[in-house]
Amino acid sequence: MIYTKDLSKSYSGTTVLNIEELSIPKGQSFGLVGNNGAGKTTYFSLLLDLIKPSTGKITSNEVIVDQSEGWKPFTSAFIDESFLIGYLTPEEYFYFIGDLRGQNKADVDKLTANFEDFFNGEIIGKKKYLRDLSKGNQKKAGIVAALIGNPEVIILDEPFANLDPTTQIRLKQILKDLAEKQGVTILVSSHDLMHVTDVCERIVVLEKGNIVKDLETNPTTLKELEAHFASNMVSQEEE
Amino acid sequence: MIKHFINLEWKQYFRSSYWQKSIVINILLIFFALYFVGIFLFMGAFLFKIIGKATPDEDPFLVVNNYIFYWFIGDVLMRFFLQKLPVMSVKPLLTLPIKRSTIVNFVLGKSALNFFNFLPLFAIIPFSISLLKNGYASSLVLTWLAAMVMIILIINFLNFIVEAFSAETELSFLPVIALVGVLFGLDYFNILPMRSLVGDGLIYIANNPVFILIPLGILAIVYVYNFKILKEKLFLDSSLKSKVAEVKVADLSWTNRFGDIAPFMQLDLKLIWRNKRTKSMTMLLIIGVLYGLFFYPQPMYREMEFMFAFIGIFSTGFFLINFGQFIPAWDSSYYKMLMSQNIKYEQYLRSKFILMIMSVVILFVLGIPYVYFGWKILIAHFAAAIYNIGVNSHVILWGGSFNRKKIDLDKKAAFNYQGTGAVQWLIGIPLMLVPMGLFALINWLLGFEIAIATLIVLGVSGIILHKKLMRFITQKYLDSKYKMIDAFSQDN
Repeated sequence: MIYTKDLSKSYSGTTVLNIEELSIPKGQSFGLVGNNGAGKTTYFSLLLDLIKPSTGKITSNEVIVDQSEGWKPFTSAFIDESFLIGYLTPEEYFYFIGDLRGQNKADVDKLTANFEDFFNGEIIGKKKYLRDLSKGNQKKAGIVAALIGNPEVIILDEPFANLDPTTQIRLKQILKDLAEKQGVTILVSSHDLMHVTDVCERIVVLEKGNIVKDLETNPTTLKELEAHFASNMVSQEEE
Repeated sequence: MIKHFINLEWKQYFRSSYWQKSIVINILLIFFALYFVGIFLFMGAFLFKIIGKATPDEDPFLVVNNYIFYWFIGDVLMRFFLQKLPVMSVKPLLTLPIKRSTIVNFVLGKSALNFFNFLPLFAIIPFSISLLKNGYASSLVLTWLAAMVMIILIINFLNFIVEAFSAETELSFLPVIALVGVLFGLDYFNILPMRSLVGDGLIYIANNPVFILIPLGILAIVYVYNFKILKEKLFLDSSLKSKVAEVKVADLSWTNRFGDIAPFMQLDLKLIWRNKRTKSMTMLLIIGVLYGLFFYPQPMYREMEFMFAFIGIFSTGFFLINFGQFIPAWDSSYYKMLMSQNIKYEQYLRSKFILMIMSVVILFVLGIPYVYFGWKILIAHFAAAIYNIGVNSHVILWGGSFNRKKIDLDKKAAFNYQGTGAVQWLIGIPLMLVPMGLFALINWLLGFEIAIATLIVLGVSGIILHKKLMRFITQKYLDSKYKMIDAFSQDN
């Protein structure tokens, strides 16, 4: 589904991302972990053609993302709050995204009705603008908006941050269902090792822009990841 | 502490992407500044002689003082539209061990260094020198000079008080118009002779240096008042507690007839109606409609046919210019999202285009009553409207592809009163000067009818070429996509 080849991004000489080859098959739930500055958001931004790659390319479903816009109809994302339109209500925002993705109001209503639990009664019908919602509620709205229009690829940057524990658990269930039952390719980044191992079948560790680990998730993965980041800490202290 | 602040300011200014990417505009601004400095220097140096020649019987010093009231009003007006309270991002400083009063004093002190405060000095100082040369007592001249400096600073701080009022009440420019109108009215209708009051007062102070304490006292009062307003706003909770606005839902289903661009039009209309920044801009439409009334009632302007085209372009294009110059920066806060969505850029731009066209038509229709002042005016306005639709609309969309400055729609009012600086006013000039110059030239060479026809032909050809032009403009936007995303995600 998503194939990355010789991809690199550098800013005035400093390479922030360098991926030789990475292939994500359709329907995989893919987790990206790494410390700050590892290149997670850079990779996602490249996937969405928000920044231009220095070398190499990403192919999504046979479409080269920085050359054609053909990937847009089947890709959706929520990177940060700048994906929200502050002066709309959540409903209006959902309808707007729905319009862009060829969904009418009824379709959107049907979809959002499935997320009543997730919204916890704080999003729909509150007559509030998105800009007036709390960070956590903004995030909920943004994540659900990314699910509108049956996308085949969903990209979520740090979806668990800012969410309360209940919502985190619900979100994990939603993401698992999407990948398992509907065959959606999900790309998630997180600092929370436990959440990623819960959700993702495959986890890639980025460090200073390079892939240092590529793991199939199994019961020992969490231990392995924790060990990796802990040893990292030691080696940094030695430096 | 002040040292740190200055250091921060310096870095904020020179490290902003805005400065680095708009050198041309900065050069243009410097050019304008030098131009005004030149004019003021000239005025200051020769004012004494000129007045002496024009009214040989009167004392030039008295004459000048008699007109200072007008300068006072003009300065208040100018500053309101062009000068901003210096912005400082205070949030990070609030938790640091810095006294709030230090921050406020710094912000206010910094405002005293504004260009607008130095500009009059270029006229006042040479004028004072010419006074000394002509035998006026040095104590008199120096006291007068000091009083003038104080008045400049009083206007400076008075402006921020007026701005604070207009920001709080969402009345936009009404308070300043009211203030200036009342002052002017008092004088004009002889209720209170403000002109001679100010003039005599200044002369009295100049003759009795002790009374310099009066302007000093007024200065202290406006400063302290500003200090109070700002200090109250310097709490985090005033931004945290922000009142949650009730949603106003309007029926926008009529936009559905525009087909595939309807979602964007609805978004744009909500954008305009639900954000403070855009709302106050819409209020300016009233000025657009009434603009002709500044000129047409005076027979002098009715003789100048080239003025018709200018007023026509300006009043029918008022929304076009004000809204258009910030495309696509209006959407800067969610630009990343738009770029990752399944949208056609052309639809996005066409929605803005149609909105601007509609505004031109509405403003033209509202301006039809100007026919009272002569049918030529109506025809000129019609030609100007066509020109706006066909040419200016495309030009301003094209210009938007160079926009690299983010707009904060969510910005709370504190420390951000107007957001419109001199830069944005400059952008409007080519849009108006080109058609006006063209019109004036052809009108002078070949006559009114041909000048009108030229504007209409240009406008119509723009409309015919619309599809082609839009493709070209869309490509420009696509080309600068990465640059825009990058610039819009940076603050300042």
